[in-house]
Formats: sequence, structure tokens, C-alpha cells
Amino acid sequence: MNTEPKETRAKKFGMVIDLDKCTGCGSCMVACSSENNVPVRKDESDKLLSATWIRVYRITNGKEFPDTEICYFPRPCMHCGGKNDDGHSPCVSVCPATATDYDHSTGIVSQIYTRCFGCRYCMAACPYHARYFNWWDPIWPAKIEESLSPDVSPRMRGVVEKCSFCFHRYQKAKDKAYIEERDVEEMEYQTACTQACPSGAITFGDLDNPDHAVYTLKQDKRAFRLLERLHTNPKVYYLSARSWVKRAGDNYVSSEEPTKGPGAYKLEGHGGH
Amino acid sequence: MDSALIPEGVERCSFKRFTLGMIIPAALVIWGLYAAYLCWFKGLNQTNMNDSYGFALWIWADLAVIAVGGGAFFTGFLRYVVGKDELKNIINFAVLVGFCCYCSAMLILAIDIGQPLRGWFIFWHANVHSMLTEVAFCLSLYLTVLAIEYLPLLLENRKLDQVPFFHNLGHNMHEVMAVFAATGAFLSCFHQGSLGGVTGVLYGRPFGMREGIFIWPWTFFLYTWSAAACGPCFTMLSCKITEMITGKKLVKDNVYNLLAKISGWMLGTYIVAKIADTLWWAIVTVPTTGFTFMEFYNNSNNFHGLWILILEIGVCGLLPVAILVRKKWRENSSLFFTAILLAVIGVCVNRWVMVMQPMAMPVMTFDQWVLYLPSWQEWATTILPVAGGIIIIALSYRYLPVFPQERELNPVEKS
Repeated sequence: MNTEPKETRAKKFGMVIDLDKCTGCGSCMVACSSENNVPVRKDESDKLLSATWIRVYRITNGKEFPDTEICYFPRPCMHCGGKNDDGHSPCVSVCPATATDYDHSTGIVSQIYTRCFGCRYCMAACPYHARYFNWWDPIWPAKIEESLSPDVSPRMRGVVEKCSFCFHRYQKAKDKAYIEERDVEEMEYQTACTQACPSGAITFGDLDNPDHAVYTLKQDKRAFRLLERLHTNPKVYYLSARSWVKRAGDNYVSSEEPTKGPGAYKLEGHGGH
Repeated sequence: MDSALIPEGVERCSFKRFTLGMIIPAALVIWGLYAAYLCWFKGLNQTNMNDSYGFALWIWADLAVIAVGGGAFFTGFLRYVVGKDELKNIINFAVLVGFCCYCSAMLILAIDIGQPLRGWFIFWHANVHSMLTEVAFCLSLYLTVLAIEYLPLLLENRKLDQVPFFHNLGHNMHEVMAVFAATGAFLSCFHQGSLGGVTGVLYGRPFGMREGIFIWPWTFFLYTWSAAACGPCFTMLSCKITEMITGKKLVKDNVYNLLAKISGWMLGTYIVAKIADTLWWAIVTVPTTGFTFMEFYNNSNNFHGLWILILEIGVCGLLPVAILVRKKWRENSSLFFTAILLAVIGVCVNRWVMVMQPMAMPVMTFDQWVLYLPSWQEWATTILPVAGGIIIIALSYRYLPVFPQERELNPVEKS
């Protein structure tokens, strides 16, 4: 546990998503798009071309009726800490122009739109498909421009974008807390998707802070992370009591059993970044 | 009409015939430039790339032309550093082909990036951890080296050579060419390797990821090695095609033989290393990610089946090795041509697999395989530098003394 004073201690913001609570309503996606000025095209049917910073996947246990079970799987950017949690996230280490960066004071992986020159190497590196390329310039329907969020810059054609854990909200909360000479409270900084979720499936906070709900939740025996064994070290945890859902979180060769929990796979070997 | 520009003692077709021959490549260049214009002004929505296929045809083309352009650095290394004197008869052509390949790579990269006007950010905001940063620096520097290596040949044009300054400059540059060849070899080792590292470091993509040593995945070394092995094969292949088109023998067989023998052994050792890498990856690396080797091939569509591995290692690897290392076989012109053609296809297939398959295969259990077919704009812009290269080679052949043995092999009868 980190013993530094709260005010100066580096944060490690993360999310815990209870998949057994998620109803797949999509409120998180709508709230995210609205909050972050994610452009919408006339035809959004091709999901390989449309930007959804948090995307809700629908997965099933593959069984026939009446044994069919469904799980809705929201997938924001995982804000990976990288191997050994050293900040070398798959995407950060490959960006040639330092247009995406790992903030060691928050654990958030940023994206600098005005520096990105659109090589898309970060997209190739991300196994979660959490990064989106602006294939078109954003075109907003009449009058919608007036209702865009002033805190988030819209992105131009030719650059990559992704979930920022609503970082602008943290900046606002931090400014306020700084003036009042205190630390940011847990409920002062919450992502739009967290607040929009009607079933309370998403919990957000500092994963290293024992006072925050996520600190306890991530240690729940139902907790797992997506593609844990690739050592990407995601900051998004999932909860599910269903074994097939847990198994869907990672790949296993047939004889293997699913992970017993986050961190179960020891990092071995060396090589690459 | 242009006889004053044609090197002395050699024969060239009429200007009219030459111009007619250039019509198709020129048309392809215009078509490609139009497609490039669309990509630059309308954006990459002109392509069929998508959020799964961020890297696609262009990145493959980049990697492929750089691999086959490796003939310039390796032939230069053998000629100037190792001292294989016979290779002086093909080095000009190797440099010319390499120059075209690297120009192609730069042009494709300029079209491929979403914000072309920000291309310089890669140098200004360089991230030292990124393989692409290393590629950008070494690639730019090596293209400069190739331009410097090409310049003395350009200055040997009959008219330019009459200018004393150009004559002396060209002569003096020839004297110091070993320095540039060594520099080129050094730079090439790094950027060829870094291109291998591009997919090798993707530890979130089990198909591309490789273990390695220090910061370099094994693909770093394999790419350099394969470029050194197959680059000269492309030089020889281009040379043979030039001979077919011109109807002349331009390089003596002993030169081909020497380069083919070296390429054969390089390719042989590379294929052994490639097989070892594939086995280690399949048996040791892949299972740690939760995949089985066959999942990468069985769960796919026919585009990414096991056939591609057999094609790369067997048909385009072991077969050309067998031909090239055996004197009797490589001296047979048909077998020789088959071998160098297969070696070139093999290295292109390798680059194709390493770029396309990591993009296509799902990593999350609930993801799907994705198919991709390039748009006409992508094809046109990929063909553009090939057609441009043909024009540059044709012009160079016509007006410059590219082949030192041409006069001896094709004596002109004085009327």
C-alpha cells in the first residue's frame, strides 16, 4: 500500500465494471459520446469505422435455448500500465511522436490530438480495439455545434482518439481542490459513463486508495481483467460470478482453467518494449 | 534526337520507341498521383482500411520495397567493405534499384499518414522507445546515402561529364564511396531491423509478438538478415528483366553467380533461423498467451491459412536455397531465374504475413476475424512508385553508363 500523504501521492485511476449488473442499455456509450464530442456519422452501421470510446459487446455462452446466457461487456480504454506496470503500455511505447503518453501521476493514458500525425501504430498495438481513427472530419448536425462540450476539443480528420477517463473532469476537480488546499474527493472525479450507468455497474476511482470503492472491488474474488496474460496490465477490472464470462476475458488452451484472479499470470521472459 | 546524351559505345533504341515504351508506366504514375491527391485532400476514408486494419496494403508495400531494396546496402557492403571486386559490375544497378525502392517507401509513407503535414513530428517529438522512430531516422538518412551513391553515376552522363566541376566531383565521390557504403550498411542494419521490430514489439498482438534480446525482438534480426539475403535477389531479378526488355546481356554470368551464391547461403541461414524462430514462437511463446499455434491458421479464412506459412518457408525459402547454393543448378538460367523470383516473393510474403495477420486475427475472445480488400486508391498509390521506379530505371539505363560490362558484352559494329 502506498504510504505517501494523500495530497501528493500518485493516483492510479481505474474502473471496475460489474458484468452481472450490466443490462446492455448503452447509456454509457451515449453519455461518453456526448461528454467527449465524439462525432456521429449519418451511417454508423459499419462498426469498424465508427468511434465508440466505450463499446458494449454482447457475448453469449454459445449454448442453445433454453441454456443460452447473455453478457454485455463494456470496453473502454484499459489505460494499460504495461509490463511490470512501468507505463510502457502497448500503445504508448510504440507512438513515434509521443502523441500518446502515460501519466505516472494518474495512471491515465493520454492522447494529444494536435500532435498525432495518424500513423495508426497505436491502433495496431492495442489488442482491445480501444483506439479509433478519424477517417472523416467531424460534421455536426445543425445547432449541435452549440451544445458541444467546451472542455473537450473535437478531433480533426486523420488522428487517433480514445477514452481519456474523462480527464477534463479530473482537471476541473483538481483545480477546485487545489484552491481549497485539499485532495480530490472520490465522488468529485467520476467519468461520464460511470454516472450515466442506471444499474450502477461501473465504479470509478483510485485503485491504490483504500478509501475508494474500486480498491475493495478489484480484490473481489469475481474480479478479472481482459487479456490478463498478455501483461498489458489494464486498469479496468470486471466482476462476474459466471465462470463462462470470466473465461471469456482471456484466451486459454483447452486444458487450462481460467485465471484465479488479476495478477495470476507471472511475467516471465524478456524482450520487446 | 537525344543521341548526344546517350553513353558512348552503346546502342539504344530510337527516342520514339523509348517514349512509346514509357506510355504505360507514365499513365500508371498519373493514375497513382490522382489517387494520392484524393487521399491527401479527402483523407484516408478513400481507402478500405478501418479501425481493425490500421496497418494495411501500404505498410506491407513499405516493408516489402525496403526489404527488396536491401540489395543496395548488402551489395555495397560486399563490394566496398568485404572487397568482392566482381560486384563493381552490378553495384551501380543495385544502388539505382535501391534508390527507387527507398523513394517508393518514403512516398507511400507520406500518403499513409493521416496528417501528412505533421510528418515531421516524428523527428521533432521523437519517442525513443518506438521502433517507427528508429525507422524514420535511419530510413531518411539512408535515402540520403543512396542519393549520394547515385549522384556520381548521374554525373557520368555524357553531357554532364563535359562540365569539369561535375567530372571532378563525380571522380572524387567515387574515391570515397566505401565510406558511404559502410554508412549505408550500418544504417540499413538498424532500419531493416526496426521494421522487423515494428510487429515484434506488439506484445498485445500474439501473432506478431516475439521474444528477443534486450530491446530487440527476434524479428529485428530476421528482417535485416532476410533483406540482406533477398535484396540482392531482387537486384538480380530486376537486372534479368532489364536484359529481357533490352534484349542484351548486361552483366557477366560470373557476377550473377557470385551474388547468387552469397544470397543462397544468406537465405539458407535465414531460413534455418526463421524455422527456429517459428518453432520457438509456436511451442514456447504462443501458449503463454493462451493461444495454440493452429488457432492462428485454423480459425481464419483462406487468406490467412497455413498455406501461407508453407509458401513462405517451403516454396519460397527452402526451394530457392537448394537452387542457389548448388553450383550446377544456379548456373542453369531457368532454375536461377525461378530461384531469385521465389526468394523475392518469399520475403514479400513474410512482410505481408507480419503486417496483415496481426491485424486480422482476433485477440479478445469475443472478437472476429476481419477481412480487408484494398480500395482502388490504395492499389493505384502502391503501383505509383513501382511505375515511377520503372521510369527512373529506364531513363538511367538510357542516359547513364549503369552497366560497366555492357560495351564489352555488346560491341557496336562501326558502320
